[in-house]
Amino acid sequence: MLERAYKEELRMSTRTSIWNKAALVATVALLAASGCHKKQAAPPPSAMAPENTMPPPTASITADPPAIDLGKSVVLNWRTSNATSVSIDGIGEVPVNGTQTVSPSNSTNFHLVAKNDGGTTEANVRVTVRVPEVPAAPADNEGDMGSDAMFHAKVQDIFFGYDSYDLTPQADASITSAAAYLNAHPAIKILIGGYCDDRGSAEYNITLGENRANAAKTALVSAGVAGNRIRVVSYGKEKQFCTEETDSCWQQNRRDQFSIDR
Amino acid sequence: MNGTAKGMTERDIVKRSERVAKAKRVVMRMCLPLLSLMVVVAGTAARAQDTFHLETSSGAQSIRLAAANFKSNTPDALPFKNTFDATLFADLSAAGIFDMVSKSLIPQAAPGTPGEMNLAQWSSAPASAAMVAFGNIGVQNGNLVANGFLDDAKNTQYPQVFAKQYMGPPNDDVARQLAHKFADDIIFRLGGGVPGIAESKIYYVKRVGGAKEIWGMDYDGANQHAITHLGQISISPRVSPDNSLIAFSSLGNNGFQIKMFSLLLGRLIHFSNVGGTNLSPAWAPNGQELAFSSSRTGDPEIWVSDPQGEMARRITSYKGPDVSPTWNPKTGSQIGWISGRTGLPQLYIMDSDGSGVTRMTDGGYATSPSWSPNGQFIAFAWNRKYGPGAPGGQDIYVMEIASKRWIQLTHDIGRCDFPSWSPDGRHIVFANAPDGMDSHNRIMTMLADGTGKRALTGPGTDMPNWSWK
Repeated sequence: MLERAYKEELRMSTRTSIWNKAALVATVALLAASGCHKKQAAPPPSAMAPENTMPPPTASITADPPAIDLGKSVVLNWRTSNATSVSIDGIGEVPVNGTQTVSPSNSTNFHLVAKNDGGTTEANVRVTVRVPEVPAAPADNEGDMGSDAMFHAKVQDIFFGYDSYDLTPQADASITSAAAYLNAHPAIKILIGGYCDDRGSAEYNITLGENRANAAKTALVSAGVAGNRIRVVSYGKEKQFCTEETDSCWQQNRRDQFSIDR
Repeated sequence: MNGTAKGMTERDIVKRSERVAKAKRVVMRMCLPLLSLMVVVAGTAARAQDTFHLETSSGAQSIRLAAANFKSNTPDALPFKNTFDATLFADLSAAGIFDMVSKSLIPQAAPGTPGEMNLAQWSSAPASAAMVAFGNIGVQNGNLVANGFLDDAKNTQYPQVFAKQYMGPPNDDVARQLAHKFADDIIFRLGGGVPGIAESKIYYVKRVGGAKEIWGMDYDGANQHAITHLGQISISPRVSPDNSLIAFSSLGNNGFQIKMFSLLLGRLIHFSNVGGTNLSPAWAPNGQELAFSSSRTGDPEIWVSDPQGEMARRITSYKGPDVSPTWNPKTGSQIGWISGRTGLPQLYIMDSDGSGVTRMTDGGYATSPSWSPNGQFIAFAWNRKYGPGAPGGQDIYVMEIASKRWIQLTHDIGRCDFPSWSPDGRHIVFANAPDGMDSHNRIMTMLADGTGKRALTGPGTDMPNWSWK
């Protein structure tokens, strides 16, 4: 307790107000007076000082190439500094610097976490896997828009975490399926609408929805869909799909909605 | 009548030195709350940042002011007189610097001119007024004419502070505007030389069917009227410093885009958006630049352009949403805004060239900043316990920029958002949804210390923006 109180004072002392300095002096005096009678006396100030000087680690990770066909492999290359432990989701503990060849079966976010006593730093890289489409339709489908029902079956809405515009694994799978369908139907242009739940503020939610829609567009373009076939509109929280104040309702509103852009 | 008024004003000049001294005392009164706010908050910051006392809220330091009912010179002026009296009393009450004498305590005889004024009746109990506003109103030559007087009730030899005549076409709206002008003159004289706000306007968003239109109203909620008829979802109105243009954004085929409405021409004028989503415009105090959020290069960033949308330049470059800029209206050299670069949206400030980025909030969910006219404070909406399933609400806060100390202005009245400062820095208007439902949002006003809250509009109104003057 005393140590914690002392840390509080130490943190406050970085501010320059005389009042706070006086409080610090008073607290140090108090500790000096009472500390030697306690079993856990506070350490002297000089012992405390270095603890907060360790900078957090730096980390970066890259993938080469960033997009592959199914069955091909990709080289992950990561660099960190000052890290005491480094791990990559799905691979586990890894050396502080290194490379590794992986062959994911679908599009994957590789998430690197570097830690030391000063903090934690994260880095991400996305590997897009192009799944070859089994030719479902004859080759003369250049002008074929497909049916709305088929479109919505193959190009499904994707959902996001709270205050997030990162694609989830389910969203990755949806994008892979959507890209395959759109590559097989080059006449279709699509509208990606970015939506948010109704918590938070209207203006910020529009930018959040923009990033959600752009995340899907970027993934589709990486998977071979021409960018000029995709229109992106953020609706923020202005067009609510579900209007109840429940977790499931908020989840339904945090989505990218795909539709044929006619 | 004009000659009389001029003569009174000249005599007023003789008493000028005394008035100046009084004004200085009043300035001190107005500054003290802010100073004491900072001292108290600074002293107790480590323990309780959200408890403090403002001297304006005690009433003891306020000038005790009586507003007599005006005397009607002509029978046809009676309805206008009633509007004038009610508006004047409401303006002076809302100013936040007066201890108003209740109308039930004032003498029964309404003096119309200085000759009919018996100051002893007003300075003694129960009115005990230090100052008395009075006058007469009538219809003369097709004009509504109000003669307003302000007397110092404690100065028996030369009581008059000022006398002024107000004139306009005889209708109810003009009666209100004349009362606003008289109130502003009184507030200017007794309020430390800070111009009153009774003639200022508030622009806001009004739900009309499935659309949202831009509306405007007087500062007291009167005269609510539509400005746009676009049939679209239009949000974030921001009026230019000279009251001639309203910038806002509307949802169209390509998402939200900034639009510019001329209040002089009564129609939209050109604004270049150049791709991406463009929203949340904010005027620089010189009226020559507009800051806004644009995703024209992919990620939403803060951009600055001229009022036509040309000469656009990007001033932030960091992954994550950047939105809701607000200029320091005092200097024009700093911009506050909201960024999600570290996760949940936080309040930041920077120089207007994009340098010197400083994070102001230490957590929670912060949105909708508005920079105070004196440049010292930013009001914003903050949910400090924000998170899935977390308790707590979104309330209005004011932060002192120099120290990052903050105070909470709303408590337990539902979801609050979009604070906007009055031109005199004494009031804040904001949107409030008592049950948290966006569609139930209404516009409320309060003094900058959080007291005197009252609703100005009914449900279906949102995003208020107070004019610069």
